[in-house]
Amino acid sequence: MSEGKLVGIVLVSHSAEVAASVAALAKGLAGGATAVPVAPAGGTEDGGLGTSAELISAAAASVDRGAGVAVLTDLGSAVLTVKALLAEGDELPDGTRLVDAPFLEGAVAAVVTSAAGADLDAVEAAAAEAYGYRKV
Amino acid sequence: MLDAAFFRRWMTTAAASVSREAERLTALDSAIGDADHGSNLQRGFTAVAAALEKDAPDTPGAVLTLAGRQLISTVGGASGPLYGTLLRRTGKALGDAAEVGEEELAAALRAGVEGVMALGGAAPGDKTMIDALVPAVDALGTGFGAARAAAEEGAVATTPLQARKGRASYLGERSIGHQDPGATSSALLIAALAETAEAEQ
Repeated sequence: MSEGKLVGIVLVSHSAEVAASVAALAKGLAGGATAVPVAPAGGTEDGGLGTSAELISAAAASVDRGAGVAVLTDLGSAVLTVKALLAEGDELPDGTRLVDAPFLEGAVAAVVTSAAGADLDAVEAAAAEAYGYRKV
Repeated sequence: MLDAAFFRRWMTTAAASVSREAERLTALDSAIGDADHGSNLQRGFTAVAAALEKDAPDTPGAVLTLAGRQLISTVGGASGPLYGTLLRRTGKALGDAAEVGEEELAAALRAGVEGVMALGGAAPGDKTMIDALVPAVDALGTGFGAARAAAEEGAVATTPLQARKGRASYLGERSIGHQDPGATSSALLIAALAETAEAEQ
């Protein structure tokens, strides 16, 4: 952990409602994780389904506390837009990382881990580990 | 030699072409995608044309880099980061020269196409824009007209393929028999390049 700073979490979905709901669910299930900076970046700027580079950049800037930012996405253009922004170099805060994880389960794991003061590597590992949670 | 004005004309020609063909692109996308390809690209290239008119970058590389950035910001679908990466990588490969030769453009476009393949993970035969772009870049050494023909041929040749990338891949075998919208719009972009070159002469 870097001097008590928490890793920020950005949740990128094609839908504004999905991104906001998953953010609320992850914070709720993490219980008392209100200090964790979590920002949804859902849908397009005009409220439609899709991905907005502007909303993603703004969300990442809003949760950056200097300990890195973990970005979780749903699919398709959400993944590609984050990758393209990371390749751009100056669009996202330093230490921003696309985390390969299931969107909802990964978000819960990431918020819980960040709340414990873990660093970005640990948050990423916890989110990715959510792929291993089998349901049957 | 090709200067910044040439590249700005390429982008405005592409914007006009995408607007003209937007309905056809969306119709193709409604068969195997989510029916937004034409409107998304139209929004993106309209923003590109507006940004180029406002800023008028003075090198070929800067024109394409700005255009790519606009597409990433404004399209809202997967074609935004994909075409954005294509143009930005091509622009970066052109560096800050005031004029570039056709061979340099061919090499830079190849770098752009490789950037798209790395971003989306698609290979030739996956029924994507790559199926038009790779043959176009291969043919560009022969001339702009040859590149246009190769891109159009590549786009048409996606019809019998089964999609292996993107939203269309969820359809499995049902994606067979439809021309890929991304390959079609890629052919439009290359045709706009050839049209721009022909207008020069």
